[in-house]
Amino acid sequence: MAASDHTILEQASDWLKAGRKVAIATVVETWGSAPQPIGSQLVIDDEGNFVGSVSGGCVEGAVVTEAMDIIASGKPKLMQFGVADETAWKVGLACGGKIGVYVEPIN
Amino acid sequence: MKRAILEQLLAARANRQAVALITNLETGEQRIVPRSAAAQDPLANKLDEAFRFDQSRSHDGAFINIHNPPLRLVIIGAVHIAQSVIPIAQALGYDVTVIDPRGAFATGARFPGIALHAEWPDEIIPKIGLDPRTALIALTHDPKIDDPALDAALKSDVFYIGALGSKKTQASRGERLRAAGFTDEQVARIHGPIGLNIGAKGAPEIAVSIMGEVTRCLRLGA
Repeated sequence: MAASDHTILEQASDWLKAGRKVAIATVVETWGSAPQPIGSQLVIDDEGNFVGSVSGGCVEGAVVTEAMDIIASGKPKLMQFGVADETAWKVGLACGGKIGVYVEPIN
Repeated sequence: MKRAILEQLLAARANRQAVALITNLETGEQRIVPRSAAAQDPLANKLDEAFRFDQSRSHDGAFINIHNPPLRLVIIGAVHIAQSVIPIAQALGYDVTVIDPRGAFATGARFPGIALHAEWPDEIIPKIGLDPRTALIALTHDPKIDDPALDAALKSDVFYIGALGSKKTQASRGERLRAAGFTDEQVARIHGPIGLNIGAKGAPEIAVSIMGEVTRCLRLGA
């Protein structure tokens, strides 16, 4: 677990108390070099607000979009991002690593 | 994740209890395993290592997310070296507590923003509690202050105990603790002279050697 995850879970709890719908994304696997360690988390609400980090940057966009669907459907999903060269740059994995991100609704 | 599980994780954190959240990545099924019950879990082998190295990991379609309590450093002695240790410890992620019954040392002006207790270690330590995510270092050189703290630390499962002082000081400290009923093995838990041998000169370098040794014990277990 990353040091900041306390705030992530507290944020999730605070948003739930405020009546918002919430999902949590967690880095569950990494291959090669990945910018955030396994266990790093991101909390997302049903309006697309988010706190935390699962990567160096652009993966967050894709995760947040997916998380809003997952909040609506209520079903968790394992997402994989990767890889080589240009794609990796585009999603923020500058070193060509791969990551698995588990996105789950809180219900 | 069920909301009840989120609340349990937050409660464990608040109570300084180490727990793992195990998620079946196929089905989404989840369970919370306290470190104290890890040996009875089907994933016992993986859990032990994961807790010890504070490392979440995936295994066979299950994700083990380790939720260890925050690291804590208890410093006995509001002394000069403590002032050098604190910023390094904080950068490493430790919550720092300083204990020194001498009011002239334990002042907010000398230790701004730090949890500071101008009380005797044997009075305050039971209130703070010591646990496997805590390191204790005794820096006063004064047996009246250091010894009660070491006594409490040896009776606990802190992951690191260190005491400042020469080999001679360390030897007489050992004699006193043995006279108080501790075994050789127990006394050997105290790292003294404190810190890695890096030829440290002056408080900032001694602080580096102390936190280097604390980190080694945290990550390698000895």
